[in-house]
Amino acid sequence: MRSIRASSGSQLLNGARVTAPGGRDAPAAAETDGPLAALAAQYGLRPSAQRPSIGTYLTELARRWSFIMGFATARNIAMYTEAKLGQLWQVLAPLLNAGVYFLIFGLIIKGVSRGVPDYLPFLVTGVFVFSFTQRTFISTSKVITDSLPLIRALKFPRAALPLAYVMIELQQMLLSMAVLFVLVLAEREPLTWDWLLVIPALALLTLFNAGIGMFAARTGARVNDFAQLLPFLMRTWLYLSGVIYSIQLFVAEHSQNHGWATTLLQLNPAAIYITLVRQSLLESQRASAFGAKPYNAAKCYAWAGATTRPANANPREWRHALHQVHHNPPLPSGHPLSQFGSAYCHPTFISSHLWLFGVGWAVVALLLGFWFFWRKEVFYGRG
Amino acid sequence: MAKSAKTADTVVPATGNGRTSEPTVIVDGLHVVYRVYGAGGDRGTASTALFRILGRKTRPTIREVHAIRGMSFVAYRGDAIGIIGRNGSGKSTLLRAIAGLLPPEHGTVYTICDASLLGVNAALMEDLTGERNVVLGCLAMGMTKSEIKTKYAEIADFSGVGEFINLPMKTYSSGMGSRLRFAIAAAKDYEILLIDEALATGDAEFRVKSHARIEELRNKAGTVFLVAHDLEEVEDTCNRVIWLDRGKIIEQGEDVIGIIDRYIDASGGEKVTRDPVTRKRISAPEPA
Repeated sequence: MRSIRASSGSQLLNGARVTAPGGRDAPAAAETDGPLAALAAQYGLRPSAQRPSIGTYLTELARRWSFIMGFATARNIAMYTEAKLGQLWQVLAPLLNAGVYFLIFGLIIKGVSRGVPDYLPFLVTGVFVFSFTQRTFISTSKVITDSLPLIRALKFPRAALPLAYVMIELQQMLLSMAVLFVLVLAEREPLTWDWLLVIPALALLTLFNAGIGMFAARTGARVNDFAQLLPFLMRTWLYLSGVIYSIQLFVAEHSQNHGWATTLLQLNPAAIYITLVRQSLLESQRASAFGAKPYNAAKCYAWAGATTRPANANPREWRHALHQVHHNPPLPSGHPLSQFGSAYCHPTFISSHLWLFGVGWAVVALLLGFWFFWRKEVFYGRG
Repeated sequence: MAKSAKTADTVVPATGNGRTSEPTVIVDGLHVVYRVYGAGGDRGTASTALFRILGRKTRPTIREVHAIRGMSFVAYRGDAIGIIGRNGSGKSTLLRAIAGLLPPEHGTVYTICDASLLGVNAALMEDLTGERNVVLGCLAMGMTKSEIKTKYAEIADFSGVGEFINLPMKTYSSGMGSRLRFAIAAAKDYEILLIDEALATGDAEFRVKSHARIEELRNKAGTVFLVAHDLEEVEDTCNRVIWLDRGKIIEQGEDVIGIIDRYIDASGGEKVTRDPVTRKRISAPEPA
């Protein structure tokens, strides 16, 4: 290897040589940009701290895929080694999480569960799906600061770090999903082919999370205050995303007054992915989806909790609808699915819209997030 | 242990004539600046922060540490370059800048290929077993799964931790831990190798083993940078030396012994007695 000797240009090389043997004073001024840069160009040397092109970067990232997965698995295993119950916490943590929400919103504050069929699986699905996004966002905002020793010791595409954190959260979420499946079956939801739609829904959500994870990683690395602010932003997002209440019912109630606001609520990516997973898993959600039944204004408004008759419903229908609502428990035991009011509402977004938006959000978040992160690639080590 | 450099069967000597005129690393007017947040400056209370924001003052708590202030040199294939200097003189920062881990403030570091620091400490997790850490460390260094499979036995064997390999690394003695870390780091071959001091730790037997391994890596690598406080090691293994102080090059060149002696003078260290003809140390103090 050492015998490779440059035959041409050694004259110039010696001229540019910085180290005269035994040279006492290394002249700093003599070595300007010119000769050294020319020397580098001549022998094909490249700047070591230069951002690679997107193509090279992606190839390099793909080559590190086993590191990303290995790192994620290792972190997940290391997370609970101190606890007595050990890896059982991987399952216990999401269960307890769902339990707390159910205690508050299912048993103590009953208002939000009114009119929502099968509230427990509805709530738990929402909590598990949202916490995937929430945890990804919060953990990736700290990934660069957390991994500073790693960044300063080894060279690899830094996007591997936020992606590894997304994979950590994905693994956690898949375990929660296993818990959720058991829970939903225990609630006597039928096991149907629709369940398979959970796979594309979660795949899209993972892509979306990878995108916002890379966004959060750069923002958190450059603006230290971001990590402080994030929990509040995430809680606001949680309350806007219909995790603990039904956006459908809310929309049915308010769409006549606040058209654009309710549209925005439904366009919100978290709400879209949560609704997609709910409609895949829960029969009652599919049956109560907008437009699942022929439009009936009276039933729609009565179930949404309206107290005055909508203009386009006749009084007899309205009385009948109100009667139905008052004489049915919120969780019907005999599954009279035809009575779920939101099914009678006009769809502002039907499920194919939801899927389109799900794909759209995933693609946009991933592309923008990746580009945003890659732009500052060489600055992540600086601290 | 200093003799190991001489006894190892070196196909191409790392010193002297092994050097070619093909540059592998070019450092051109390099400046590196660290930015430290919360490094003091005001009392750091909420009220001082508020007044600062109201008064539209820039944040005084961001301190800039100018770790490298204008360095230029060229390293060639076959060079083994020792970097010496006091603590905080910028030795480790220079290595990181060469490896492309720290972006320069001004200037550029050009390399013929990716330079790698010998070390994987940061990638390992104390809670996991040695076995998992071997895999994780190798993945972090960019090895593929099949490469790891073939190297695994060698690494485990070299580290000599025995059946502890199946226990979490936090149960290891500090010597065992550093042995495993070294074994993982040294499992890869490097083209441009950057060695940051204090690698050869552990008991006497392992020191010999690890020195032999470093020697082997050094012979395979095209160019080696060695940061060491053990000046005798630098004398024995390097054909060039760069003396840094406060981020600047004080002196550099191929007169390794001369520079080291002047460095020892300047830093007030214990004088080395040398044979006037061979310039070898006569009674070098035993390394601790």
